Amino acid sequence: MEWFNDFWSTYSTLVYSVGVHALLALSIWLTLSCGLLSLANAAFMGIGAYVSALLSVNLAWSFPLVLAAGGLAPALVALIIGAPTLRLSGVYLAMATLAFGEVLRVIVLNLDITGGPEGLNGIPASTEGWHIILILAFTIYGLHRLSHSRVGRAFEAIKEDEVAARLMGIAVERHKLFAFVLGAIIAGVAGVLNAHFTFFISPREYGFENAVDILTMAVLGGTGSLVGPILGGSILTLLPEVLRFLHAWRGAVNGAILILVVLFLPTGLWDPRRIRAWLRRRRESTP
Amino acid sequence: MFEQQLFNALTLGSVYALFALGFTLVFGVLAVINLSHGAVFMLGSYAALMIVTQFGAPLWLGLLGSMLVSGMIGLVIDVMILKPLRARNAPHLIPMIATIGAAIMLTSAGQALFGAEIQRFPEDFLPAGEFTIGEVHLRVLELGIVAIAFLLMAGLFLAIRRTQLGRALRAIAESPRAASLLGINVEGLFHVTSFAAAALGGIAGALIGLNFNAITPVMGQPILHKGIAVIILGGMGDIRGALIGGLFLGFAEVMSKAYLSSQMGDAVAFGLLFLILLVRPSGLFGRVLERKA
Repeated sequence: MEWFNDFWSTYSTLVYSVGVHALLALSIWLTLSCGLLSLANAAFMGIGAYVSALLSVNLAWSFPLVLAAGGLAPALVALIIGAPTLRLSGVYLAMATLAFGEVLRVIVLNLDITGGPEGLNGIPASTEGWHIILILAFTIYGLHRLSHSRVGRAFEAIKEDEVAARLMGIAVERHKLFAFVLGAIIAGVAGVLNAHFTFFISPREYGFENAVDILTMAVLGGTGSLVGPILGGSILTLLPEVLRFLHAWRGAVNGAILILVVLFLPTGLWDPRRIRAWLRRRRESTP
Repeated sequence: MFEQQLFNALTLGSVYALFALGFTLVFGVLAVINLSHGAVFMLGSYAALMIVTQFGAPLWLGLLGSMLVSGMIGLVIDVMILKPLRARNAPHLIPMIATIGAAIMLTSAGQALFGAEIQRFPEDFLPAGEFTIGEVHLRVLELGIVAIAFLLMAGLFLAIRRTQLGRALRAIAESPRAASLLGINVEGLFHVTSFAAAALGGIAGALIGLNFNAITPVMGQPILHKGIAVIILGGMGDIRGALIGGLFLGFAEVMSKAYLSSQMGDAVAFGLLFLILLVRPSGLFGRVLERKA
């Protein structure tokens, strides 16, 4: 077990990050599966992180309570901004949610209670590995059940053709709001988990770049199934570490890989249909 | 002093408008949110600096060079990345993500090539001197920046409103398919647009670099946010809107820095933006064009 302890002391933060990024990628996958191009997930993550950190540091709430509050706070915000925002479609929704994130970032930057640009320090390290695994597993199971339920099929119908879905009697607005709020909860919980193992949060971590990063994880992995976002989140977390030997050119290679995947694997890295076809071909060629 | 601030706001706003113009042009014609525009802006700035310091060329040649270099970068991005995506009819967000990849690549290349520290134009290269009208100091440098920005914008307006090329571009913005059926070389004009937009972004970078005399590999990121704000404000794909939005943002920024705290001004600007989006998603001047990608 010696090697495992060595490995864990060096890489535990990285492993935790993989889990958190997988959760974030799943949260945007959920809204994408309902046809919503919302980029508010980084902001929801930030709300979860800040609310939970403030409760832990100032009021010394226990971790389960903090976790619940960190999930509910972004849900409440999503509920409030959802009704007007979700009327927008496509790129306009993306832009509105980005602008929402920027507003929030600038507010946090200017409040005293959030520590302004210096952020919050000394957050208790309450997150354990099994918390992340359990929550991730629960989220995957929940989303899997959801996507095969009546609601999941309604999401798919809305994504394919909103007008047709409406004509079939699906309550489009309500379903969109549900996806939006549920995505906010997942992102908020990811924010809580993240804040309680990095000990430190600042407004910089929840801005424009992060919003776009989260989208990239989901699209890179593939949005056709639940495996894609998890894969994409893991790869985008690990890639910069793996490419460390490239030093200054690391970012260039990182960007190039992103472009190549978008150009040559249109459905993302994980596409069940493509993998099935590939397996079939292999089976045929090796009798 | 209000008049002085007004002049500063005009300088900053005209460069924002120039930057946003390229951004909005690509969105209007290619229907792509090109997130590499900030990185192109940064490289345009370095291109001017290198031409001036390494080759000892005069400043005007540096500015021309920055347009050419960044224009070529824009063209390469279009041919190598956006064209294949167009060919297979990729949905909206796919080209956007590809341009994020391009932005990461270009920013990292800038960092690797030029180092992370701030670089400056040598003082003796910058036009010195200033006029004083009443209590307002007009630096020749800033006057030059405003003049160049407005000349380029006027040129673009005329080109789009009055020439055959501009008419073709407007037709494509309306519907690429219909334009293609009318015998317009759509692919060729996509390339022209990408080149022109990037060239405008690049010279905007050079002008901002001159104005503050500080160039870094990460200078593209904040301006990209502002570019997004401007085109939302002005209406996405709307050229007149980009001009007015850019001037407005420059004005808001300079005035809030002068009379409020610098940060809260940003909050007001983005808060306003969020409200505009809710009330008028198409921006102040834009029309919502539902186009199936």
